[in-house]
Amino acid sequence: MLEIKNLVAEIEGKRILDGLSLTVHDGETAAIMGPNGSGKSTLSYIIAGKEDYEILDGEILLDGENILEMEASERAAAGVFLAFQYPLEIPGVATMTFLKAALNAQRRAREETELTTPEFMKAVQDAAAKLEIPRDMLKRALNVGFSGGEKKRMEILQMALLQPRMCILDETDSGLDIDALRIVSEGVNALKSDKRSFLVITHYQRLLNYIVPDTVHVMANGKIMRSGGKELAEELEANGYADYKAQEAA
Amino acid sequence: MAEVATLKTPAETALADLFARSKSLLPGDARSREDAFHRFAEKGLPHRRVEEWKYTDLRALMREIAPLAEKPSEAGVARALSVESVFAAAEPATIAFVDGHLATADAMPAGVTAVPLAVALAQGHPLLSKLGAVSDAEGNAAYALNAAFMTDGVVLHVTGAVDRRVALRFVTAGAQPVATATRVLVVVEPGAAISLLETHESPHGVAHQPNSVVEFVVGDRAKVAHVRLNANGDKALALSTLTAHLGGEVAFGSRNVVAGSAVSRHQVWMTFAGADSRGAVRGATMLSGDQHADTTLVVNHKATGCESRELFKHAIDGRGTGVFQGRINVARGAQKTDGQMMSAAVLLSEEGTMNNKPELEIFADDVQCAHGATCGELDDDLLFYLMARGLPRPEAEALLIESFLGEAVEEGLDDEVVGEALMGVVEAWLAARG
Repeated sequence: MLEIKNLVAEIEGKRILDGLSLTVHDGETAAIMGPNGSGKSTLSYIIAGKEDYEILDGEILLDGENILEMEASERAAAGVFLAFQYPLEIPGVATMTFLKAALNAQRRAREETELTTPEFMKAVQDAAAKLEIPRDMLKRALNVGFSGGEKKRMEILQMALLQPRMCILDETDSGLDIDALRIVSEGVNALKSDKRSFLVITHYQRLLNYIVPDTVHVMANGKIMRSGGKELAEELEANGYADYKAQEAA
Repeated sequence: MAEVATLKTPAETALADLFARSKSLLPGDARSREDAFHRFAEKGLPHRRVEEWKYTDLRALMREIAPLAEKPSEAGVARALSVESVFAAAEPATIAFVDGHLATADAMPAGVTAVPLAVALAQGHPLLSKLGAVSDAEGNAAYALNAAFMTDGVVLHVTGAVDRRVALRFVTAGAQPVATATRVLVVVEPGAAISLLETHESPHGVAHQPNSVVEFVVGDRAKVAHVRLNANGDKALALSTLTAHLGGEVAFGSRNVVAGSAVSRHQVWMTFAGADSRGAVRGATMLSGDQHADTTLVVNHKATGCESRELFKHAIDGRGTGVFQGRINVARGAQKTDGQMMSAAVLLSEEGTMNNKPELEIFADDVQCAHGATCGELDDDLLFYLMARGLPRPEAEALLIESFLGEAVEEGLDDEVVGEALMGVVEAWLAARG
């Protein structure tokens, strides 16, 4: 279970999160929707452990343990996974080398045995097949020269391989055509389980037709303004964020 | 003697004394050695006010002159060569030098013959007329000192396509600092091909002073792949010079990996004398502690339609200092020249320094030339991405440094075994960094 309590964060003196509280239960898929600049991506970076932000107050608990003091790699080993809105290109690092290094680093951190090369290859190939990722893509440098859709599929491949407990999807739908959106969503849905939670960040309701949320939260002005069921997403799609922006201005 | 009067520092006086004592004992024509020493002595040890030595003040760095190394005993040779070479997996035909003297030599593969330099000098071997083919190096202090003191080395005559790698292994041993001066001449006949590996090793904690020169004279349509590794100990002061005189339609590649020495300076002069040749010079340097490494490169395009590619990478930790000085000269008439030079450094600590000085001088109007130089820290966003996938910071940094250096270390090498051996050197450096 992820619990965020009264989180206050700034970057270069500018307040981005202003007393945000949110709970995502085991097995729950929660969606965060909100206008541009409401702090959604910042929230995802802070949960994953990016160091650019100053945390002024609050805590983030993963199964009761405060993860704010952990490095990003320790949070990953504890089960946090961020699917990036803009996955980075890393020239000179072969995708397979990276995947194996990441998987085994997490296993080491959890004091599990490392996978052998054949075990690892099978795990990657199974996951890649489901996401329609061709083998030659795995041989290339990580994300280098990949299209937007390929990069997003690679993020989901990593998620499938690393088997995190808390998956954060930061605008995974951006830059995807309908077919890619379907493939990516099916990849995500296949990972749903009683133990695994998802926090899906998006502008649009469209993604939520594919990855159906249990709860929807509206974020504006650095905090959660309203929470509800999936019907809230439909209401936002119909009415826009005007009400929340007005509250923000007030 | 006239030259002594112009010398100033105790080190310069010590060099003059050393030369006076040594010259009659060194092989070959004493006259040309005296000329070479005179060229050095005219200007003395170069210092920061000499433009091409601005960042590597040899006068300040070379205060003590080590005695010229004597020929080691058989036991000394056996000890020095008891450690396996970095390139052992490449199974090269190896010629090994210990303390600057020829020690052991495998039989050379078909297509190449080897004559020890001491023998060649003593006999006045006809190929020695090819020494100094790139005349620009002549007045250079390190090159002139090598010419004055050169003790041994080898003349390789490549007459065919050599199908086995040839390795030159230079080990400076012993617990007392010594100076060595080795010279290698590689004459590659038209259409011939060779892959040459070169390693320089010495123990940690001893301020050895190796000065090595390798000269390539490459005939038309010949192919040369040259890989050099500086794995000297942490107190060594290593000077090295590579010259390459290229004929027409040549494919020449040389890369230098620096993983050792307190102070090193690697100088390259590459001259395109024939049309439509390709020359690629790469270098990767790893520095930590107080290490200082200088790469100074001059590419002379004197013929039409040649392509030069220079890529140098530095990873600088601790209080290390990197220097890259690169110059591409395009002569009048060297039309259709395509020259690209890039230097990139990553600073891994607050106290590291990188000095980049890329230059172009172009006297032809139909050419494509470019140079670039960058210097920065590891990208925080890339580090975060790797760490968010579970890689602890040291591993994430190592992966990024490895990929950064890899472009200069193994890319374009077309020799997987050698590439892996070199990446092993990078990995060992990263592991030692912790």
